[in-house]
Amino acid sequence: MTNMQFLQGNEACTLAGIAAGARFFAGYPISPATEIAELSAKLLPRHDGIYIQMEDEIASIAAVIGASLGGMKAFTATSGPGFSLMQENIGFAVMAEVPCVIINVQRFGPSTGIATQPGQGDIMTARWGTHSDHSIVALAPASVQECFDLTVEAFNLAERFRTPVIVLTDATIAHLRETVSIPDTVKTVQRARPSGPVENYRPYAPAANQVPVMPNYGDDYILRVTGLVHDEAGYSSADPEVAGTLVNRLINKIEKYTDELPEPEYAGPDRPETVIISYGISARAALSAARRAKQQGRSMGVIRLRTIWPFPEKFITDICRSAARVLVVEMNKGQLLREVRAAGITEAYGLNRTDTRVIMPEEILEGGVLLE
Amino acid sequence: MNNLKEIDQYLAHKKLPHMWCPGCGNGVILKHLLLGLAVLGIPREKAVLASGIGCSGRAGDYVNFHRFQGTHGRTLAFATGIHLSNPELTVVCLMGDGDCGAIGLNHLLHAARRNINITAIVANNLNYGMTGGQYSPSTPEDSLTSTSRQGKTGAALDLCRLAAEAGANYVARSTVYHVREMHKYILEALNTRGFSMVELLTPCPTYYGRYNKIGDAVQMLEMFKEKAIPLNKFQNMEESEQQNHFWRGVLVRKNNPDFYTRYRQKEAVQ
Ligand SMILES: Cc1ncc(C[n+]2csc(CCOP(=O)(O)OP(=O)(O)O)c2C)c(N)n1
Ligand code: SF4
Repeated sequence: MTNMQFLQGNEACTLAGIAAGARFFAGYPISPATEIAELSAKLLPRHDGIYIQMEDEIASIAAVIGASLGGMKAFTATSGPGFSLMQENIGFAVMAEVPCVIINVQRFGPSTGIATQPGQGDIMTARWGTHSDHSIVALAPASVQECFDLTVEAFNLAERFRTPVIVLTDATIAHLRETVSIPDTVKTVQRARPSGPVENYRPYAPAANQVPVMPNYGDDYILRVTGLVHDEAGYSSADPEVAGTLVNRLINKIEKYTDELPEPEYAGPDRPETVIISYGISARAALSAARRAKQQGRSMGVIRLRTIWPFPEKFITDICRSAARVLVVEMNKGQLLREVRAAGITEAYGLNRTDTRVIMPEEILEGGVLLE
Repeated sequence: MNNLKEIDQYLAHKKLPHMWCPGCGNGVILKHLLLGLAVLGIPREKAVLASGIGCSGRAGDYVNFHRFQGTHGRTLAFATGIHLSNPELTVVCLMGDGDCGAIGLNHLLHAARRNINITAIVANNLNYGMTGGQYSPSTPEDSLTSTSRQGKTGAALDLCRLAAEAGANYVARSTVYHVREMHKYILEALNTRGFSMVELLTPCPTYYGRYNKIGDAVQMLEMFKEKAIPLNKFQNMEESEQQNHFWRGVLVRKNNPDFYTRYRQKEAVQ
């Protein structure tokens, strides 16, 4: 059974979190993400969950990580300035392999920017905002329905991979109202739990899929967690062998399993002359532009990324191989464009807007024509 | 009370000897923290030691029960999540004075304000040990450190008074020299529902002791014996005299309901 609701993106993200099993939210108010905190504060107690407003975003993500280790699915929501503050602890969650979800409602500009206006400027912050080598999962919904679906997916991936997952929405989708179909129950993934003798349990010994199974604090299986390089028993180590193996595993446990992540969607002819690559709010304009291009008899296809990180390189290169033109449409100065070019599509062009206005289908059509 | 047998169950024997310098007070603090758990009969599975980043934070490597070590300064914020998700756990945070009083001070104030049911133990060695003896907020004025060769500018911060003012249920301070008192305070803190804090002055002979020509660990303990005086005596001192002393004693003992209890009560009313 499903029921139809008329929701804002922020509401859909919150309902999705709770549907996916989240019972803990820690946050700090910030536009345009605040409604997620407000709705969590209202709803979580009804599910025996907890909402806590922390003293800043550093503490918010810290509390989320702590709660996840205590056995609750946990999330936070923020926007640019808060997302910057969270970076050190997001890296900790990567290193310590703590499932959690961070919803980053992107707003415009560096620093305080314009709090109420949209942007897609945090693509690289999501990828490289925390220091040193790591892999990260980031999803980008393009509709209110997808705010729901991909937030559920984010929780499932966090549990599956034992890693933080970032949901990148933006100020427009966050406050857009659309009809969403909310199923009575959603498919949820629970983290793999240890079994067998308690004495031999090693909290960071990887299972076959490279992800260690995880108890809670309070279980008989003893959980040793540190952000220092650690051995499989969870004790800190400065051994080069241990360090190298750990960092490789943290990356491989995600990068070797990308077929489990939401695939891009492709809409268009089999061998498009022009390929538009886009995501989030901008992808809606791209899809609309492609529909009009079709009416005009032009050959235009749209790749809409749902997973931004890890970058779905193969999917994109496969479709772009035969294309004459590739246009990356995004509300930043070409952050994903760099990735597309790095994937070998060196002739890709960017269609970018960084003045708070969302990109319109006409601009994309014109951009396509100019290239033709 | 000094029976090492009692703390056996909590120690990761394979990981010993520890990495702390000879004469460092961190081992003594860890021992009494574990003794506290033992005396209260807290089973291994129901205790979490959350430690900071610093010399004292390494304590986590020497225990064989649930252990957490997050990022520098954020221990209390992480621990807030651990506690709220699993309120039956005994969560003990062990932090250095830099960790808790500089980068993490905000979290100390708010953990105390919320009266979160956590015990914080602050190992105050009067400087940053791990990074080589720089001054911290609790370094006494005029002390020599690697970043204050002419003497530290600015008075020492009293973390206990801040925590008390912010709303902690239990706040006490002692030193590694005053072992019995330290033991008692740790027990009282662990027995407190709500936020409890014990600050322990502890020798760092390698840096603070050496820079300030106090001497070895024994002489540092002598200094604590002499300069750490009971709270009521301290309060009757002139301010100028206070600056050359540390107080010890129990600053606050209250029984206000903790955050989790109040939060759940509110919901029941809804
Ligand atoms: C964000 C961040 N800044 C700085 C450091 C470097 N650092 C590690 S330990 C430490 C201070 C340790 O002093 P204290 O907390 O008093 O503990 P002690 O080593 O004296 O026990 C610092 C500054 C760090 N790890 N992380
Ligand atoms: S540097 Fe100081 S605090 Fe650190 S282990 Fe040595 S004596 Fe202890």
